[in-house]
Amino acid sequence: MDIQRLISMANQIGDFYESYPDQSHAQQDIAGHLNKFWALPMRKQIAQHVTEQGGFGLHPQVQNAIKSYLLV
Amino acid sequence: MDEIKYSPNIDYGTPTGQSTKHVTLTIDDRQVTVPDDVTIMHAAALAGVSVPKLCATDSLEPFGSCRLCLVEIEGRRGYPASCTTPVAEGLKVHTQTPKLADIRRGTMELYISDHPLDCLTCATNGDCELQDMAGAVGLREVRYGYEGENHLQSVKDESNPYFTFDPAKCIVCSRCVRACEETQGTFALTIEGRGFDSKVSPGNKSFLDSECVSCGACVQACPTATLIEKKVIEAGTPEHVVTTTCAYCGVGCSFDAEMKGEEVIRMVPTKHGGANHGHSCVKGRFAWGYATHRDRITTPMIRKNIKDPWQPVSWDEAINYAASELTRIKAQYGSDAMGGITSSRCTNEEVYVTQKLIRAVFGVNHVDTCARVCHSPTGYGLKQTLGESAGTQTFDSVMASDVIFVIGANPTDGHPVFASQMKRRLRQGAKLIVADPREIDLVANSPHVRADYHLKLRPGTNVALISALSHVIVTEGLVQEGFVKERCEWDSFVEWRDFVAQPQNSPEALSEGLGVSAEDIRAAARLYATGGNAAIYYGLGVTEHSQGSTTVMGIANLAMATANIGRDGVGVNPLRGQNNVQGSCDMGSMPHEFPGYRHVADDATRALFESAWGRPLSKEPGLRIPNMLDQACEGSFKALYCVGEDIVQSDPNTQHVTHALQQMECVIVQDLFLNETAMYAHVFFPGASFLEKSGTFTNAERRISPVRRVMAPKNGYEDWEVTVKLSNALGYPMHYAHASEIMDEIAKLTPTFHGVSFKKIDEMGSVQWPCNDETPQGTPIMHIDVFVRGKGKFFITQYVPTTEKVNARFPLILTTGRILSQYNVGAQTRRTDNTAWHAEDMLEIHPHDAEDRGINEGDWVGISSRAGETVLRAKVTERVQVGVVYTTFHHPESGANVITTDSSDWATNCPEYKVTAVQVTRVSQLSDWQKHYKTFSEAQIAFANKTREAKVESVKIG
Ligand code: SF4
Ligand code: SF4
Ligand code: SF4
Ligand code: FES
Repeated sequence: MDIQRLISMANQIGDFYESYPDQSHAQQDIAGHLNKFWALPMRKQIAQHVTEQGGFGLHPQVQNAIKSYLLV
Repeated sequence: MDEIKYSPNIDYGTPTGQSTKHVTLTIDDRQVTVPDDVTIMHAAALAGVSVPKLCATDSLEPFGSCRLCLVEIEGRRGYPASCTTPVAEGLKVHTQTPKLADIRRGTMELYISDHPLDCLTCATNGDCELQDMAGAVGLREVRYGYEGENHLQSVKDESNPYFTFDPAKCIVCSRCVRACEETQGTFALTIEGRGFDSKVSPGNKSFLDSECVSCGACVQACPTATLIEKKVIEAGTPEHVVTTTCAYCGVGCSFDAEMKGEEVIRMVPTKHGGANHGHSCVKGRFAWGYATHRDRITTPMIRKNIKDPWQPVSWDEAINYAASELTRIKAQYGSDAMGGITSSRCTNEEVYVTQKLIRAVFGVNHVDTCARVCHSPTGYGLKQTLGESAGTQTFDSVMASDVIFVIGANPTDGHPVFASQMKRRLRQGAKLIVADPREIDLVANSPHVRADYHLKLRPGTNVALISALSHVIVTEGLVQEGFVKERCEWDSFVEWRDFVAQPQNSPEALSEGLGVSAEDIRAAARLYATGGNAAIYYGLGVTEHSQGSTTVMGIANLAMATANIGRDGVGVNPLRGQNNVQGSCDMGSMPHEFPGYRHVADDATRALFESAWGRPLSKEPGLRIPNMLDQACEGSFKALYCVGEDIVQSDPNTQHVTHALQQMECVIVQDLFLNETAMYAHVFFPGASFLEKSGTFTNAERRISPVRRVMAPKNGYEDWEVTVKLSNALGYPMHYAHASEIMDEIAKLTPTFHGVSFKKIDEMGSVQWPCNDETPQGTPIMHIDVFVRGKGKFFITQYVPTTEKVNARFPLILTTGRILSQYNVGAQTRRTDNTAWHAEDMLEIHPHDAEDRGINEGDWVGISSRAGETVLRAKVTERVQVGVVYTTFHHPESGANVITTDSSDWATNCPEYKVTAVQVTRVSQLSDWQKHYKTFSEAQIAFANKTREAKVESVKIG
């Protein structure tokens, strides 16, 4: 899929959790959302973007969530 | 005392009592104990005594005009009308005495002397209350001739496409007038003139030009042939009845299909229908003719390429071809390249077998449903906060509401029968808050209803509004802390409370961005929190946004914080668009969930389905519709089985959708018509209409209602049978002999459905899930003592403005909606006489914006967005605010979705239909897309050997 679209979708998820006081928990929630609702090819693609492209365009919090908690 | 039993076939004359106190009285020779708030007429009917009547019927308040129902009461003087006289303890009533007989005969004689005596040739012969009463009172002669003044020469009004009004037959009983007021709430009819001159009139206009919305309530209430269905005039009275459920909107009205052999004569709303209580709207009542429309395709068709003409083939050939293509694609590209889409227009049973086919046979979870583009945020938001992806109430609950908060919904157009009930409650004095960018009819255009607050917010700012309302409730001490402590997760509440209390969430801070005054927001919040039972009703104006799910959660937060949940009169009520949105979601048509909203990664659930279905199942969530389309554009998604859904017309960014379909190698469409998606298909399986199949639909209040076959499927098979055939051909035999057996399997595998069966539905009429061992009679209201998830959970709902922003190039916001007479993509309603009310989609634009652009009423205007361009005719109106334009999307050539973009809800990918930045200009020709569409669709229709005629209403310009 178009990586730009995945990036903006992932960032939108990050935006939702932005105001949560416990940001380490928010990271788990962001990744949890991706694990629960994104099909595996999409998760793989975004994970690859983080490892290979330095997660360019992704909000830092979303990158961290992907690095720490995404199941691929 | 024995419980009073009501029979659906008896007219009790006046409404059922609500009181719990009872009185005992004697009527003729019978003693009867009844609620103390009913009339003598009603009590008599309960005692099995029928009193003659003409102006009374039990769906309406009594009026007392015909004087036929007079009775004698011992110890009282005169002859009171039984329909207006209340019961009292110890009364002794006589309904048949020589004196009464005399008076009644005299009254009937007067009626009949001004009534045409063409009973034998009258369309209601045998089904006419006037005729019945003449018999009942023993009328044998009429002493007054026709020489005197009479109304026999009055002119018929045949303007309404579905019913006629013949004033010559009118007895001025005013049942129609009261039906229009009390049942429908439109007040289109009045009695004009007095005495002999009095007559029924739709405001001195024809019915079609009047305020009448063609709901049919007056036709049903009329005791004579004055108001009567044209179909009855044409085809005669029906001879048998099958009870079924409307296939249009999420209200899910119950109907008696009145039949003559295999021909539907009329659809009459079922008096004891759980959702509609005998009421209907123009769609369900009259717009079913599409089922026999000549455009229907009843022979399967296949083709290699979409540039080729269709080849009509036998069912076996079509099924085998589809199966071989699917098998080839699976071998060549793998399971991940295949998926399916179900529709909210399918029955529960059809959705269930389709998702089973995809999960068990295709071997992937790439199954989605059109709820993706409407209420997926409801499923997500309510599951997160309350624990169940469904509305909390029954429709009747609104009658116990003191404050009704309608946000992003337009019930009078989208959910008309429920709107009538809501308006009844509002006329009784409930308060109304409306949050909508547009002035919907409830705001000030419904008789005797007026919104106390219309929060006319800018499209895309719902979350900010919810935050501001929450801010007021929290900072003004209006939270019901006792409820929150007992029922909700306290920590989540504290986080939410601290968040909404921040100054940037105050009405004053958000007012400008919202375009709503801070005072109004404060007042509305106070009213919601302190006005008694407060209920929220919302629709697609909430969900179809980039923050749709956030708003749904925000709404649940509000309800929990104010303890407006878990009892009659309150709650969170999503108004579902199509008839079976709730059901299609319940049945596991979302890619991440099995039936009953259980995640595919849950090992125990997966094991349950694996053992029942005998195939290994994937634990990975599948692709959603937009993901499938994106993958297709990139060449990795190749086969789609699309049942009853028209993604080309209803999904956003049409050109993206059609591009995706063109990249696929096998698109299978199952539908009644050659819909827009079918134009890109390789296999066409003809579908059956709701009149031709059995199954169930589940409405917005979780009510599972029966769909019953009243005629043989014109295409040969019910839709679930087609799916079963495909499955069999793919080497996975499914063994169902009847749709009821599919429901039995659903019930076995789904805890909330354990108690559901066709038998139970037939016995009860309908049942609201959860229905299982704990709640064998179903569950009208949810979350009464505990939330389904245990404790209710608050979520912080940070407002994030949409990225779909206006700028110099696209300075206006386009928002989309629906209209009463048309339904969704219009495939059905456009093929009925409902086009009398809505022949085309128009663009509503505010006079200021129109003037700036030199646009006049009726001009053709081009609407362009970042995604595309289309042309519509302009309607200049102050209903929309400055800077906002509005249209409907019932006609394919309008191309409303050519302009909507890929922007979508963060949690569910529900498209942001309600906000698209556009420019509007006067034009003199069709857009490029429309020109291409015209040529393309004409060719496709010719490929199917159909004429263009009724398929595409041509856009005429210049
Ligand atoms: S059809 Fe409905 S809206 Fe029209 S006049 Fe009759 S009751 Fe009123
Ligand atoms: S039209 Fe029918 S219901 Fe209305 S006043 Fe005449 S007879 Fe009664
Ligand atoms: S369209 Fe909706 S409101 Fe109208 S009859 Fe059908 S279910 Fe009822
Ligand atoms: S039925 Fe009672 S007055 Fe007409």
